[in-house]
Amino acid sequence: MARQVVILGGGTGGTLTANRLRRALPDEDQVVVVDSDDRHLYQPGLLFVPFGLSAPDRLVRSRAGQFRRGVRFVKGDVERVDLDADRIVLVGGSTLAYDVLVVASGARLLLEETEGLTGPAWGETVHTFYSLAGAARLAGALAQLDSGRVVVDVVDMPVKCPVAPLEFCFLTDWFLQRRGLRSRVEVTYVTSLDAAFTKATCNRELSGLLEQKHIQVVTEFSTAEVDGKGGRLVSYDDRRVDFDLAVVVPLHGGADFVTRSEGLGDPLGFVRVDQSTLQSKARANVFAIGDAADVRASKAGSVAHFEGDVVVRNVVKFLEGRTPDSAFDGHTNCFIETGFGKAILIDFNDALEPVPGHFPGPVGLPLLKESRANHLGKLAFEQLYWHVILPGRDIPFVGATMPMAGKRPVADRPTSQPEGGRT
Amino acid sequence: MTTKTYAGTDVVLDDEGFFADPSAWTEPMAEEIAAAEGIPALTERHRQVVKLMRHEYEEKGDAPNVRALAKLSGVPIKELYALFPKGPAKLAAKIAGVPKPHGCI
Repeated sequence: MARQVVILGGGTGGTLTANRLRRALPDEDQVVVVDSDDRHLYQPGLLFVPFGLSAPDRLVRSRAGQFRRGVRFVKGDVERVDLDADRIVLVGGSTLAYDVLVVASGARLLLEETEGLTGPAWGETVHTFYSLAGAARLAGALAQLDSGRVVVDVVDMPVKCPVAPLEFCFLTDWFLQRRGLRSRVEVTYVTSLDAAFTKATCNRELSGLLEQKHIQVVTEFSTAEVDGKGGRLVSYDDRRVDFDLAVVVPLHGGADFVTRSEGLGDPLGFVRVDQSTLQSKARANVFAIGDAADVRASKAGSVAHFEGDVVVRNVVKFLEGRTPDSAFDGHTNCFIETGFGKAILIDFNDALEPVPGHFPGPVGLPLLKESRANHLGKLAFEQLYWHVILPGRDIPFVGATMPMAGKRPVADRPTSQPEGGRT
Repeated sequence: MTTKTYAGTDVVLDDEGFFADPSAWTEPMAEEIAAAEGIPALTERHRQVVKLMRHEYEEKGDAPNVRALAKLSGVPIKELYALFPKGPAKLAAKIAGVPKPHGCI
C-alpha cells in the first residue's frame, strides 16, 4: 500500500530529506513538503550582505524549484500536528495525513523575548543580520558609519550558526580598515558564554585572532535589554555596554506550531528527539532534522546535511518495519570567514573536538588555520549548496560521519565510531 | 583537576570546578557543593532548577544556558540570578554535577 511521508519545512534539512527520500522510496509512496512560502533563502549568504559582498535578491530561489520530480509541494501554514491522529492541521482547517512525519521547520528569531528589540530603535541603531531584510538594512547603516562603538551581541544560545557573530566581527574589522576608519570605531563582541571560543582547542588556536584584530570581548553577559535610545545593552546582573550601533543575534526558538502540538516539543519550541537516531520522543513515526530538533549539535546547515543521511535511513527502516537505528555522531563542519580573503575550516563531532590537520584527508583544506584556500572554499560552497547538497547528492569524500584521515588528534579522547560510509 | 569530598565521597573536578565525571554525582552532594559556591542553603526553588539541569544533561549530554534554563524550569531569569548569583547556568550546572554549558567552538 502506498505510504505518505510529510515533511514540514522546505529549507536545507527539509529539501535534502525530501529529495533523498524520493530516491529511496518506491514511486507509489508520496513525499510531501509543506512550507508557508516559496522562498528558499541561502542563509550562509546573510553574513556577507551587510558588507556589500552579497546582493540580497541573489540569495533567494524558489523552494519548489529545488525538489526532484515526484515531490509534492504544499503551500500553507501549519496550525498544529495531531500526533494521535497522524495528521497535520493547516491554518484554515484542511488536514494532511501522514505515515511518517519529518519536522524540518527550522528556528525563528524571538525578538519579543528581549526588551527593546521590537522598539523604535530596531532598524535604526539596533540591527540584526539574521534575516534578509535585517541584513539589507544593516548594510545601509554600516555604509554610513564613520566613528563610534559597534557591539555584536549574542543574546543567548542556541543560535543558528554560532560562529557567524564572530565572523561578523572579523569582517567589520576588515570593512573598516579598508575604508580607513578602523581607528575611529571600537568593535566589541558580547556573549552570554564565558569565552568567545569555549572548546579548548579552538580557544588555543583561535583566541589570538580577536586580539590581533583589536576586538574587545565581554563575556557572561546575559542581555536583559537593548536600549536603542540610550545606546546601551543592559544585562540581568545590571552591567552595561554602550554602543552607537548594535548588531544583535536575538534569542531563537522553534516554529510556533511545535509549541501548539501537544507533546512534540520543549518550551523553546524545538522538537524533542533521540540525540542519535533523531526519532521523536513522543512518537515512533515522527523525526526531526536541523535547527528544528533539540539536538546538542550546533544549529547549522552542515549539521542538517549530515543528519539528513541518518533521518532518511531511519525513515526507510521504519517504513520497512525495522528498527530505525542509524546514528548521528554530532558531525559539524564550518568555514569561519576571518576577513582579508581568508577563512578557517573546522570539523568535529560529539566525541572529538576540532583538531589541526587537513580535511577531508591528508591532501585537503587546512584545519583550524587561516588560509586563502578556505575562503575560496566558503565562496564555492554556495554553488555546492544549490547543486549538490539540496538535491541530496553526495559530496565527494565527505560522508555523514566525521573523517579521521588527515587529522592530528591533540588530546587523549575517544574518536567516533563511524557506522559506515554513505550509501 | 582537583579532588574534593562531597557527601563523604571523593569526586574529581575539572580546572573550573565542574564534575569531571557526572555519574559520580549524587543528590546529597548538591547541598555541599552549593555551600562551597556561596549558597548557604538550597531552597525548593533551587532544587527545582538543579533537578531540571540534571535532567536536561542526561537527556541531551549538554546543559542549557540561562534563557533555556528559564523556559525549561519555569523560573524567570531575574529569579535565576537571585537564586544563583553571577551565573545561573554555570552555578546550577556545578551544583547539579554536570559539565559547563558550552557554545559551538
